Amino acid sequence: MKDTDGSAKEGTVHKAIRHDSAHKHVSGAAKYVDDIAVPPNTLQILLGQSKFAHAKILSMDLSQVENFPGVIKVLTAADIPGINDCSPFAGDDPIFAENVVSYLGQSVFAVVAEDIKIARNAIELADIRYEELPAVITIDQALETGNVLGPPAVIECGEADQALDKSKNKLEGKIILGGQEHFYLEGQAAYAFAGEDTDIVVHCSTQHPTEIQHKVAMALGLSNHDVTVITRRMGGGFGGKESQGNLPAIVAALAAKLTGRPAKIIYDRDDDFILTGKRHDFQISYKVGFEDNGLINSVIVDQAMRCGMSWDLSEAIAARAMCHAENSYFIKNMRITSHRLKTNTQSNTAFRGFGGPQGIVGMERVIDHVAYHLNIDPLLVRERNFYPHKTSTEYGKTPYGQTVHDCVIQDIISELKKTSNYFERRQSIEKFNKNNDFLKRGIALTPVKFGISFNASFLNQAGALLHVYNDGSVYLNHGGTEMGQGLNTKIAQIVANEFKLPLNKIKITATSTGKVPNTSATAASSGSDLNGMAAKNAAEKIKSRMAEYLAAEAQIKPNEVSFEDGKVLVGANDYNFSDAVKRCYMGRISLSATGFYSTPKVHWNPKTLKGRPFYYFAYGAACSEVVVDLLTGENRILRTDILHDVGKSLNPAIDIGQIEGGYVQGAGWLTTEELVWDDRGRLLTHAPSTYKIPACSDRPLDFRVKLFSEGENCEETIHRSKAVGEPPLMLGTSVLMALSHALQAVNARKAYPNLNAPATPERLLMQSLQLGGPSV
Amino acid sequence: MVTQLIVGVEGADVRNYLTFILNGKTQRVDNIAGDMTLLKWLRDQKSLVGSKEGCAEGDCGACTVAIVKTDDSGNLIWRSVNACIVFMGMLEGCAVITVEGLNGPDGELHPCQKALIDFHGSQCGFCTPGFVMSLFTAWSNKHGLMAEDIDDTLAGNLCRCTGYRPIVEAGLSLKNSKQPQWELDRNEILKKELLEINSSEPVEITDGKNSFSIPTNHEDFSKTYADQPSATIVSGATDIGLWVTKQNRDLPNMIWTGRVKEFNKIDEQDDFIIIRPAVTHQEAMAKLGNKWPTIKALWKRFGSVQVRNSGTVCGNLANGSPIGDLPPALIALESLIELTNKNKKRKLPLEEFFIEYGRQDRHAGEYVSGIFVPNKPGDNFRCYKLSKRFDQDISAVMMGANLIVEKTKITMAKICFGGMAGTPKRATEVEKALLGQPFEPQSFIKASKNINKDFDPLTDVRGSADYRRKAAQNLVMKYGYELTGSFVPNLADRNQVENLVS
Repeated sequence: MKDTDGSAKEGTVHKAIRHDSAHKHVSGAAKYVDDIAVPPNTLQILLGQSKFAHAKILSMDLSQVENFPGVIKVLTAADIPGINDCSPFAGDDPIFAENVVSYLGQSVFAVVAEDIKIARNAIELADIRYEELPAVITIDQALETGNVLGPPAVIECGEADQALDKSKNKLEGKIILGGQEHFYLEGQAAYAFAGEDTDIVVHCSTQHPTEIQHKVAMALGLSNHDVTVITRRMGGGFGGKESQGNLPAIVAALAAKLTGRPAKIIYDRDDDFILTGKRHDFQISYKVGFEDNGLINSVIVDQAMRCGMSWDLSEAIAARAMCHAENSYFIKNMRITSHRLKTNTQSNTAFRGFGGPQGIVGMERVIDHVAYHLNIDPLLVRERNFYPHKTSTEYGKTPYGQTVHDCVIQDIISELKKTSNYFERRQSIEKFNKNNDFLKRGIALTPVKFGISFNASFLNQAGALLHVYNDGSVYLNHGGTEMGQGLNTKIAQIVANEFKLPLNKIKITATSTGKVPNTSATAASSGSDLNGMAAKNAAEKIKSRMAEYLAAEAQIKPNEVSFEDGKVLVGANDYNFSDAVKRCYMGRISLSATGFYSTPKVHWNPKTLKGRPFYYFAYGAACSEVVVDLLTGENRILRTDILHDVGKSLNPAIDIGQIEGGYVQGAGWLTTEELVWDDRGRLLTHAPSTYKIPACSDRPLDFRVKLFSEGENCEETIHRSKAVGEPPLMLGTSVLMALSHALQAVNARKAYPNLNAPATPERLLMQSLQLGGPSV
Repeated sequence: MVTQLIVGVEGADVRNYLTFILNGKTQRVDNIAGDMTLLKWLRDQKSLVGSKEGCAEGDCGACTVAIVKTDDSGNLIWRSVNACIVFMGMLEGCAVITVEGLNGPDGELHPCQKALIDFHGSQCGFCTPGFVMSLFTAWSNKHGLMAEDIDDTLAGNLCRCTGYRPIVEAGLSLKNSKQPQWELDRNEILKKELLEINSSEPVEITDGKNSFSIPTNHEDFSKTYADQPSATIVSGATDIGLWVTKQNRDLPNMIWTGRVKEFNKIDEQDDFIIIRPAVTHQEAMAKLGNKWPTIKALWKRFGSVQVRNSGTVCGNLANGSPIGDLPPALIALESLIELTNKNKKRKLPLEEFFIEYGRQDRHAGEYVSGIFVPNKPGDNFRCYKLSKRFDQDISAVMMGANLIVEKTKITMAKICFGGMAGTPKRATEVEKALLGQPFEPQSFIKASKNINKDFDPLTDVRGSADYRRKAAQNLVMKYGYELTGSFVPNLADRNQVENLVS
């Protein structure tokens, strides 16, 4: 898709416009936190980490660290004037561990030094004595010992037990899903300096400047208005900078406050891996009852998730995992139980999809298993169980009580199975598999239905701030953050479209808590839905003030004033936008406005886990074909066809980028990305040398991605678009299911391959051998 | 004050500053720590913050820059490298180009930069300067922008946002673009500038604590090391760089092989191809890969272009990684390793060099001065590498195998594994079982059972003991099938897999 730069006269929304920072990205001029020019007296911070997964701190002697030449200050819990907590809400994440350490790598103290090398040398001199306590590392250990953060959460609809009993066919099974490291290319980073009075400014790589503002204020014993948090851009976020930026930001602010010098903390890659939470690993057990034709009567599913040492965002993640446990399928009788397990490991956190991916993969596994049992094509089982189409007379209801009235998955599947030639290819693959002992191919077409909005309804609000200067240039600010997803570009498009200005008239500026207060995280795929609406609201306010004034001036009605192609048409006069602005300014009209938006219709009861948490659903489907070498377990994605619904796309180029990137990231989670902890809770895979995200050659050999052309949001979202950040990640599920299909060709259907993820070459080979695959 | 290390010249003419070119400007750098990395220097000293640190171990490519030299005929040779693990001394006599140095005279973007914009090849943008520089280096070398090699060009750059498709398309679009006149002009000037700073003077830089010595001939190198056997010999720094960035080790004295004239070549003599200490993987791959395509395929999965442009074969072996991809291949070829201590040389079979995990047969004062690869046909020579990810991963299991068949019987077999023991190790029981057997799959299947006699592998993050055992057996079997005619495409090679796409 060739791009345009937004100068097109016909308007700026629904256009394939390049990322607003593209020019700066390619020339190295885009600044990230560590690139900000800082005064020469800026200090560098390094965190001292726990060496045990679970231990009592008996004593802590940091005098040698403190006396090391070049060390300016050592920070411990005792130095925190306010509250020693960096958690997003539960109050269970100390900034510096006191008395007890709860995971290996946990922050215990910080060294503030003239440079990072000094800090590294000094930190080794810490003398901390521990008394080791029994540690719970794995899901199995947590289940055995009953180590939980809270009681199990349950969502139930219909009569799951009875319906299971009455079903003609029953199956049970289990799938294990590994976690996933975000591996944003830019690690966590914060740079803080103190201003006048008690002011603190923090530049931070975060998806949630407001939370950082609040947490810094709490830790430093300040009010929120003392703290300004600024985020120009992140080098990737993926959920990993929703809550995980709190700790470094607080520590940088604390160091700046206590030393009076600017201070900066940049996690290097290993520290980032070891300190921060990841996608939750899950064990999902299921029971399913179904008819011979594939109709599913009942599903009972248990989701055991490893939360780590504290809540972080796990309660909401568990809720989303439960709310996606049925994926696109109308299961009338279903019980989902969530076990939120506490372990002595990193506190797991948001990651693109936020529990949704684990829920969806669990359900797709159920479908795959059912299809295997019935010996029919899994796509037929999928189609048999979809939620009723949006044109149906009777809608389906999710297990959590939301009516699904916008279902278009049938349209997507029917187009995709044609364009991907699914059935024919499946046949030819099965023929190929009969004729090949060592290479097996597999294909799978899987759907995604993803709920859009924060489960917690109050979070679904956003603000924007818009200034029109008297030369006609427009200054745009909003509460969302840019992490590569093109949010700023989309919102500038929306504002340009309101004023009918070329895109280059809109200045995109860094997110700042000083400009838009009380924002929610840029998360839950909601960035453009929420902030786009807020920015539109601000633009509309200014437009109507301008229209009113200019109409009065010309003695016409305000609705006779229109904005077109860089001009403002006022009756017989047509002014250049800048001239119109000048007239309004001379007429003493406010050319600055805040915009606000709150998502309508959503409600959620966190106690009963029922309601309408989602404003709407985003749909999509992917068809992946793979090949596996049964002698080694090596595998490749041969071809991928994707059809994805983004409503009426705000920017097709950016949306395609989100879809492709999300798919590859999802495929990586389920194939090569493997996190390994040892028995003591030490994370052994803590750098790209040992943790393998997809590289260039891992993309599908043939990669065809399309937007669903009939896509249009039923709800009144911004220009009828749909959110696109998270849903495509779950398109990667098709890869795991295609690998499962390939393994089903081993040894003539001897048994169902219980393929767990990540499906590394090792896992594939061992699974193949279990099924009787080729070996000596 | 540390004592000067380079002794061959008796302290007379040792230059104590570096000369190199940065984005078209000649730099004279002195009083700098020997372990200062190029990335740190660029960002901290020159405020060139376009090159990013993503991992500090040469695995993500966000810090990729181009290093330019001239070859013997005066042509410019462009190498992409990871600046995070390049020591400053390694720039002596070269030109460095960073992402900030690509613009044309009127600030216009370079075609490589423009292509990435046109194809929406950046999202968060953090990895983008690295991708730009990998494309730019391929562009400048006029090699690596075709469908069959673009993945190799980009294998050393990780992107977490795009899924790579638009970046690949941007790269492929460049093959039809012409170099702008200003770039041709600029390259001509660069040639002259490089000529001007060209010298064979030894250099030694230090900040008073950490020194970096750059001898330029073998004699100087030899004497220097003999006088200071505790110094660290550095070649490509693709491993030693990590001692600094990851392990925070203090390396007071380093001696670099890179500018030693005699170390920079591949000789052919007495039926051997001899790889000298400063020969990079990329250079060795070009030479040996032409002879044995299987080793070229292996080498392409060794690190990335950036790593192969820096790392050397001799350095790789001297470090004695238990997994090292290369030793099993070279051992299967019956290569020898040469060690030198001042003027005393000895040669031993490569497999004997590796004594146990972390211990090599290298005495104090000795250095690896060459690898001798027998220059003989290897029709049955094959390399197999298993890893979680195809590109830029360290193998879980690595097999190099060679055999001779005479009159339908196997008369010689050399099968060597990496990842199966503390050192690269031959599967002697498997070899024995193959000897004298008919050249047919059954012989290999039978022999592969002996893997269990040969090895008792470990479990680590790359693979379990069980997987290693089974996979090693299957590789022996696969090798047999492949040689005897039932070819199983190597999934690592996208070009071999292409015809499977339906």
